[in-house]
Amino acid sequence: MRLEPIVNPSLARTLAPPALAIAGTVVIASLLAMLAGANPFSVLGLILKGAFGSQFALLETLNRATPLIFTGLAVAVAFRARLWNIGAEAQLYAGALVVAILGAGLLDWPAILLLPTMAILAMIAGAVLLLIPALLKVRLGVDEVVTTLLINFIFLLFVSMLLEGALKDPMGMGWPKSARLIEEARLPRIIDGLRLHWGFGLALISAVIVWIIGARTTLGYEMRAVGLNREAAEFAGIPVSRVLIKTALLSGGLAALAGYSEVAGLKGSLTLDLSPGFGYTGIIVAMLALLNPLGVIAAALFVAGIFVGADSMSRAVGVPTYLADIMLATALLLMVVAILLTRFRVVRE
Amino acid sequence: MDILEILMTASFWTAAIRIASPLIFATLGELICERAGVLNLGIEGIMVAGAFAGWMAVYSGLGLWPGVMVAFVVGMGFGLIHSILTVPYGLSQHVVGLGVTLLATSSTYYAYRLALPEVTSPPKIAAFQPYEIPVLSDIPLIGPALFAQTPLTYLAFIMVAIVAIILYRTPLGLAVRAAGENPQAVAAQGLSVTAIRMGAVMIGSGLMAIGGAFLTMSAFNSFFFEMVSGRGWICIALVVFGAWRPGKALLGAILFAAFDALQIRIQQTPLGAGIPYQVFLMMPYFLSILALVAMSRRAEVPAALMVPFNKGER
Repeated sequence: MRLEPIVNPSLARTLAPPALAIAGTVVIASLLAMLAGANPFSVLGLILKGAFGSQFALLETLNRATPLIFTGLAVAVAFRARLWNIGAEAQLYAGALVVAILGAGLLDWPAILLLPTMAILAMIAGAVLLLIPALLKVRLGVDEVVTTLLINFIFLLFVSMLLEGALKDPMGMGWPKSARLIEEARLPRIIDGLRLHWGFGLALISAVIVWIIGARTTLGYEMRAVGLNREAAEFAGIPVSRVLIKTALLSGGLAALAGYSEVAGLKGSLTLDLSPGFGYTGIIVAMLALLNPLGVIAAALFVAGIFVGADSMSRAVGVPTYLADIMLATALLLMVVAILLTRFRVVRE
Repeated sequence: MDILEILMTASFWTAAIRIASPLIFATLGELICERAGVLNLGIEGIMVAGAFAGWMAVYSGLGLWPGVMVAFVVGMGFGLIHSILTVPYGLSQHVVGLGVTLLATSSTYYAYRLALPEVTSPPKIAAFQPYEIPVLSDIPLIGPALFAQTPLTYLAFIMVAIVAIILYRTPLGLAVRAAGENPQAVAAQGLSVTAIRMGAVMIGSGLMAIGGAFLTMSAFNSFFFEMVSGRGWICIALVVFGAWRPGKALLGAILFAAFDALQIRIQQTPLGAGIPYQVFLMMPYFLSILALVAMSRRAEVPAALMVPFNKGER
């Protein structure tokens, strides 16, 4: 077989493959639910209801989507410039660590000063963490996929070490968790009485800013050029290395905001189970969003909905929650094929 | 000298070779894929799937060797998915590989929960036992390390030789290497780059799965979540460290495993007791990054690694 570009794709050509990818994901999830002895329609219905069916469910989904918007943006920014940042998980913890250190009483400032300071320092921490593999890539040609992945393991162990040592809460009954944040270090709720904090608002604002950077600035143009064709960008006089470093700083900073928002907004202290893989899930979010910053919001809501819905479905009918992860992996793989098929035709020989 | 004493014990080297064995299988698997031009980031998930499949097969009543075969076939299955998407369709090997890792890991955990609902501790199987090769295992120091291991470890060493011979001494190996260096030349010979690359990814993925199965069928006798814990990513670093050559990759795996075995032992000395255990656990990952940095200047990367091949293009 051979792939042939389609010059003027029809509307059906553009819409049918992604629709089929989603349908395929639903079919596979149904088959797996049947394998677990459950009625597939009730399983899918319960996932939808558990994700969006009530005010409580909806708020839970928005809360779960918040860190995913940040990590999704981090990945989208990096992947667009073809910088393979698989280290959002570690960068998230770097941001969380800054909040846990500064927010538990070390800085005794009013909220209006403390919250932005912590956000900026968290972003710097995340940016520095990605700067190391980015420099290794630019200067020595070391593949960043493996280094960012390995740094995830190293940094989580580092956090674990601090939580059992210097940062351990003396009031924590022996649990490895950091001391509770002071009130001034907590992100307030958007609407009183509703369990949704300003981390979500910050996530939406970040998405818009990232979209503006990408669509309206020289840096955004350079990042896209580097991603499309590195040699051509170099030839056109774009400082490729410098652009990659800037991309890394932005990406690492965005991922760190996920940790900032989770600790300052939701949890109030740092534990080692802060993130159930938000950094890795951000890759799926970014890919489903076709690396578009505004699309990241929709994709994060979709992915968060599947996770939250699957949790509630699992409690009701006992199908393992890992169904959600399988659905996302399937959606990711089918979607990359679907996107290819909107632009190329498969020719048999 | 504590460390010297440790290095002079047979049990240390026995442990090092045992730790190296799953890495040898998986590194060989990744090496085959990359030699044919395909980066396989599915490795981590495929090892998880292999670890579960082999163990589950034995738990369900199959013999140990049939269990290894089951792991191999499951690995090939995920390799097939990976290779269809990355070879004929030429999709991003990064995205597909990570997707395959997620798919393999989550479907393994799903299958585990379906097969064993509500178990608190996973059941044990009768795993491979060490087999002492007569005479050779009596050699001091290296005898027990090399000749008193489980059969799967012997298989790992045999596989290094087989892969090296096939890659460098057969037309098939030449075709695989050429597919990773100069696919146009392979196509000009009338061979199918697609078939060669897909075959290499499937065989390589099968070997990765056996590497995972080593953990549940030889190193331990049970399946735990998170038991692969980044070994797949370390193997990708080992392929680079080994300059894409089976023999060097074997040396790299043993060297790496020796460091790992050493840090476990230093933890138990008075010197190690004062250092947080996390520092020791970080060492393997640090070493892998250092290995990548050390090797970065000597680029012997297959020229067409990660370059899709579409016959229509020139």
